Amino acid sequence: MYENMEMRQVLAEILGGMMEKDERIVVIDADLARANGTIALRDKYPERAFDVGIAEQNMAAVAAGMAAYGLIPFIGSFTPFATRRICDQIAISIVYAKRNVKIIGTDPGISAELNGGTHMSMEDIGVIRSIPGIVIFEPVDAVQLAKALPVIAEYDGPVYIRMFRKAFPVIFKDDYKFELFKADLISEGKDVTLFASGIMVNEALKAAELLKASGISAEIINIHTIKPIDREAVVKSAKKTGAAVTCENHNIIGGLKSAVAEVLVDECPVPVKAVGVQDHFGEVAKMDYLKKKYHMTAEDIVKAAKEAIAMKK
Amino acid sequence: MNDRKVMFLKDKSRHIRRLIVDEIGKLGVGHIGGCLSPVEALVVLYYRQMKIDPANPRMEGRDRFIMSKGHAGPALYAVLADKGYFDICELDTLNKPETSLPSHCDMLKTRGIDMTAGSLGQGISCAVGMAKASKIKKDNAFIYCMVGDGESQEGEVWEAAMCASQFKLNNLIAFTDYNRFQIDGSVQETMGIAPLDKKWEAFGWNVINVADGHDIAEIDEAVEKGKKSADKPTMIILNTIKGKGVSFVEAAGVKNHNMPVTEEQRLQALKELE
Repeated sequence: MYENMEMRQVLAEILGGMMEKDERIVVIDADLARANGTIALRDKYPERAFDVGIAEQNMAAVAAGMAAYGLIPFIGSFTPFATRRICDQIAISIVYAKRNVKIIGTDPGISAELNGGTHMSMEDIGVIRSIPGIVIFEPVDAVQLAKALPVIAEYDGPVYIRMFRKAFPVIFKDDYKFELFKADLISEGKDVTLFASGIMVNEALKAAELLKASGISAEIINIHTIKPIDREAVVKSAKKTGAAVTCENHNIIGGLKSAVAEVLVDECPVPVKAVGVQDHFGEVAKMDYLKKKYHMTAEDIVKAAKEAIAMKK
Repeated sequence: MNDRKVMFLKDKSRHIRRLIVDEIGKLGVGHIGGCLSPVEALVVLYYRQMKIDPANPRMEGRDRFIMSKGHAGPALYAVLADKGYFDICELDTLNKPETSLPSHCDMLKTRGIDMTAGSLGQGISCAVGMAKASKIKKDNAFIYCMVGDGESQEGEVWEAAMCASQFKLNNLIAFTDYNRFQIDGSVQETMGIAPLDKKWEAFGWNVINVADGHDIAEIDEAVEKGKKSADKPTMIILNTIKGKGVSFVEAAGVKNHNMPVTEEQRLQALKELE
């Protein structure tokens, strides 16, 4: 049912439905409500959907104060301004104080496209992941986002939602069941595991097809909740396949590769290759161009998978 | 306010200062200067103005207080202990391992603390959030917040200032503890904030200048005026003395932000405050 919808439309629609049922839900923006779709909530909920202007630090701490008053604020901006710019407000007023605030960052990594390097967060997961006690969720598509939002609202604690905001191919079926702390096994395989998040799941699916043609069976696991990571699913799959590739739209330092590798070095050391941004800033260009330039295509995943398999003892 | 009430609150302020000197003195070091300067304002709020219940610290619809200058936690702990939020003996545990009284305010650790604060500039934003939440819930609460003068150099304070007037939060009453010193020197030399009253006015606030920030009746009158504000948040500027009421701390001047207190000084201060 979400095939033809932009993810921001889905965001606004689901939040609107939640606001109708639950008077505690509040949506705050910092002059990006039009970009993020949440402007649609203002007419119906003028008291609970509002703007604080271009003042993200204030937005984060205002939300913490509202959460201390028993409300459940969702705050939104572009990913870099929802994370690194307000890192201290997130760390202290929200997470240290255990306030029930949900932070929405849109246009993660290369999806910022023509906004370029200043707006491309390659480090947000790394920055936020090192704050104790926050949950990090990155949806793959509109279906997963729609299923996740009510669960995230229900969860009593801070959550960072890192989401693509425009139209994106839908991968999950309408009957998909979402569990916040459980990774999704998308397809089974036996030679290598592709751990993927966000927009890179689509590339992993294409890579699995290409690998199949070379006689390699790849398992695909979607790590939608990067923190706390589903250790059990990561270890189980790595034990089965003996090799792993992480696929992320983020710097390979601090993001999914780090999260997966941290688990595997502890519990099941297998070769891990990383596909993602190789520790550099972004630049203006469309996603397809950047995926090629930064070696984030399905073909790059295939190459990494073959290398990881070759490293098996 | 009648004279008897003023006398009661003055005595109470002296008692709170004794508790502050005692808790920091027993530890041997602490943010004593900035804990002693806002005492009268805390006393006016907690013993006269605020709708609170120490037996039920999370009471719905209560008034709230945020110590945005979070390092003045020990001053607030003295008040909360005296009000009966927790056992007064806990004051002896200040900043000791496993204490419920850390140097900076922590709502998860201390009964009666409405918001965690410590990273400057954030508490006033949290207060704006609470005042907005109170408007949404229509519970008629007042939200009080203490901002430091040095803290007012943080950009976030002015983001919060804009936001509160934009939202017409007349239920928000903030104070500036204008004691004129910060860690590196006088506020004016370090990074001047004057004219502070005109700044807050320009940001759309109802501003009340209290010439003597230790005058109980003046502070109380300012709060009463703030409560009657039609559609603006109120900033009460308290001209205070950092270290007020304890001669060795006042004399230390700029060095009294975080200073050692010897046993002899503790006893001498307690005597001064008898």
